[in-house]
Amino acid sequence: MDSTALAFYSLAFIIIAAAIFVVTAKNIFHSAVYLIVALFGVAGLFVLLQAFFLAAAQVLIYVGAIAVLMMFAVMLTARIADAGVRHTNEQVGTGLLVSLGLLAVMLYSLWDSPFQFSGAPVAEGAGLTLGRQLLTKFVLPFEIVSVLLLAALIGAVVIAKKDDTGRAEPKAKYPAARALREDPDIVRKVPR
Amino acid sequence: MIGLSHYMALSAIVFCIGVYGMLTRRNAVAVLMSVELMFNSVNIALVACARFVTPETVTGQAVAVFTIAVAAAEATVALAIVLLIYQHHRGIDVDRVNFMKW
Amino acid sequence: MLANAWLIPVLPLVAMALIMLVTHRNRTLSAGISITAMAIAFVWAWAIAFTVWGNPVEQRFHFEWLNLGPSMHIPIGIQIDGLSAMMLIVVTTVALMVQIYSLGYMHGDPRYSRYYAYLSLFGMAMLTLVLADNFFLMFVAWELVGLASYLLIGFWFEKQSASDAGKKAFITTRLGDLGFIIGLLMLYAGAGTLTFEGVFGAVEKGLLGGAFLTTAAIFLFGGAIGKSAQVPLHVWLPDAMEGPTPVSALIHAATMVVAGVYLVARGLTLFMAAETAAITVAWIGIITSFMAATIGLVQNDIKRVLAYSTVSQLGYMVMALGLGGFTASTFHLMTHAFFKSLLFLGAGSVIHAVHTNDIREMGGLHSKMKITSTTFLIASLAIAGIFPLSGFWSKDEIVAATSGHPVFMILTLGVAFMTAFYMFRLYFLTFTGTPRDKHKFDHAHESPKVMTYPLIFLAFLSVVSGWIGLPWLHHGFSSVVYHGEPHHAEFHISLALISTLVALSGIGLAYLMYYKRSIDPVKVGGAMPGLYRTLLNKYYVDEAYAVLFIKPYYVFCQAMFWFDANVVDGIVNGTGQFGLLWGRFQRWFDETFVDGAVNGLGWVTRGFGATIRYLQTGSLQNYAFIVFAALVILWILR
Repeated sequence: MDSTALAFYSLAFIIIAAAIFVVTAKNIFHSAVYLIVALFGVAGLFVLLQAFFLAAAQVLIYVGAIAVLMMFAVMLTARIADAGVRHTNEQVGTGLLVSLGLLAVMLYSLWDSPFQFSGAPVAEGAGLTLGRQLLTKFVLPFEIVSVLLLAALIGAVVIAKKDDTGRAEPKAKYPAARALREDPDIVRKVPR
Repeated sequence: MIGLSHYMALSAIVFCIGVYGMLTRRNAVAVLMSVELMFNSVNIALVACARFVTPETVTGQAVAVFTIAVAAAEATVALAIVLLIYQHHRGIDVDRVNFMKW
Repeated sequence: MLANAWLIPVLPLVAMALIMLVTHRNRTLSAGISITAMAIAFVWAWAIAFTVWGNPVEQRFHFEWLNLGPSMHIPIGIQIDGLSAMMLIVVTTVALMVQIYSLGYMHGDPRYSRYYAYLSLFGMAMLTLVLADNFFLMFVAWELVGLASYLLIGFWFEKQSASDAGKKAFITTRLGDLGFIIGLLMLYAGAGTLTFEGVFGAVEKGLLGGAFLTTAAIFLFGGAIGKSAQVPLHVWLPDAMEGPTPVSALIHAATMVVAGVYLVARGLTLFMAAETAAITVAWIGIITSFMAATIGLVQNDIKRVLAYSTVSQLGYMVMALGLGGFTASTFHLMTHAFFKSLLFLGAGSVIHAVHTNDIREMGGLHSKMKITSTTFLIASLAIAGIFPLSGFWSKDEIVAATSGHPVFMILTLGVAFMTAFYMFRLYFLTFTGTPRDKHKFDHAHESPKVMTYPLIFLAFLSVVSGWIGLPWLHHGFSSVVYHGEPHHAEFHISLALISTLVALSGIGLAYLMYYKRSIDPVKVGGAMPGLYRTLLNKYYVDEAYAVLFIKPYYVFCQAMFWFDANVVDGIVNGTGQFGLLWGRFQRWFDETFVDGAVNGLGWVTRGFGATIRYLQTGSLQNYAFIVFAALVILWILR
């Protein structure tokens, strides 16, 4: 077993293990941490595949931005202390079955597919090539993505903003009654 | 020798783990994390193909750049929606967010 | 004056409308309106008569009444010539006299105003009839006089016999009118028009003729048979005496019943062109005349005697027309109108005095009612044809018209004899001798002046009206009624002598039997019991009709009723029942199957939806699960 294979298998093990923890951890905060681990693993894979630019982007965007965003979301919403609350829904069994079925299907297809290998090594200056391509061959998708990102930015702000401009609800005299009226199930959600 | 098949198999496994998480987790943020896993599995496949199929032009890497960008946008909007749902429902359990029910 | 002559019928029409709508509560005013209207018409009619007779030119005024294109085109209008002017005089004079007379006769009647309204209605209709310039308008007026006659015969409708008589008159004349209208339609089909001018023109040009014209003329004569009470439709006129006596005088002696004669006279061109029709007319006329005269010999009701006399005299006129005696017939029409209405009014005066119609309960009334008696005598002499009264001249012309037809002449003279006899029988029994009912005689009195003055006036006319037909005066009566070339009436001194002799012998026989009592009438009757009874029962015509027509008709009606009640109603009800059952079945089918199908479809859809709606969990994870599961399954199934 050469060093490449060793690196691949260890990275693959890390990624799979982390991913499994992500989807099974009872604590959502733990999930987030394992997600970061998995993303790092993927970045490592990119390095192994000689895609250095992407590896950097992976670390910067996923680990640096998205994962941190996840953390924020977790902090803002989840009640980490809710250890007793069920963290999976009722389709665990069937979900697992479907996932395994899907995996079987994919692996079988993979097994069936003859891949053409190019024995050639990656050309020098792959990052340069990538940058050129982005601004020539892929310039239109590139611009569209930039617009998409802008839209996502504005959209996120608009959605997440507290909506108190349109319907100015008068301050209720009895907040408890109002809460009950808005959500009759609130009684069951009162923290114990 | 580690080849494209290995990377593709890894991609498939990670993708299915993501699918499982997406189907089973109650927490909306956890569902999003599972989706991010699926994105990453796709990226793995793309980059692996770029490496082994078109090592000269690395076209797959360009597509992966777009995937990352779209994933970032998706994460932003989705987390905003999660926050909004949290404000409305005092919780982010996905199976409670079923107001499209019959 | 002539151009506005159409206003003459309008006058009584307005009077009727006024009485009916406005003044019917005020009896005096109602009568006044009616009499005033008729008086104006009377003056107008005489003025027209003098104008037309001095200047014998036809005057026609008409306007479009109905125009349905070239195939249906009916103008109506009036025509004034000698004949219609003469008729105008007769109608207005008698009507005016009768209306004045009725002031007294109908005094105290509860329906006094209505009586005058009816009289005005009749006046309007009759004047329209004589003025019409076409058969169509004439027919309309013809029916209207029939209506007025019906209303006035049944005027005292509380009496069963009166209302029956009204119906009888109406229905019997209607049979004749059926012939009339068929004749009219045939004429219209043949000539394309109904104006007198057009129809006669068509006959002269030969467009109409042969058997067609003969048939049409006989049908037309059917109307005259009904209206003028000729055999076999004469039965209604004696019964019509149930009406008030002035009505009998006006309608059933002087005017309406001569409408038939007037119709034949008007259409004489048709009858002259159709030989068979003319002969038919003549025979019907003489048979009627003879039959009615024989019946009149034995009747005991004063009005019935006069009624049969009227029928007899009408038969005279019709016969004369059938023989072509236009002048004779119309002349007699006029004189007869005067003396017969006088006779009726006189009879009315008597009835008014003694409150009975039966001459066996009268007698010796001359001493109590001098004016009535005298005028009645004058009228009797006139109808008997005694020189120089009006009847002499007109009857003489009728007898002259029969010259060349020996059978007709003999029968005519026979009728003349009988006429003289029964009229004087009536006169002697009523006014002379000893009173047979002391009580009634004691209460009898002369009628008031409103009744006697008309009698005197009519008596005057009965005397002098014949003189316009004096043979040696210009062209005689023909110059009056002929608008073409007048033909000169020869005065046959021998015929005049014979007819006078016949009349005098009739009077003489009556004198012997009922004044001198030298011949016992009972013995005469007893000598021929069968004939006497037959005559007394009017040849059993009514009875024969009852057996021949009315009885079978009743039986037929009953059969029809049975058929109607059982078969027709059964079919109708059966159809209804079937429809009901069918409807119920359809409802059941509809509710069970059609609604069932629709509802079933609804239920199925609903149940299906209720079942599969649980797929819509609203959970995104569920949907995603289904997507991936489907992916796997599809791959397996691939």
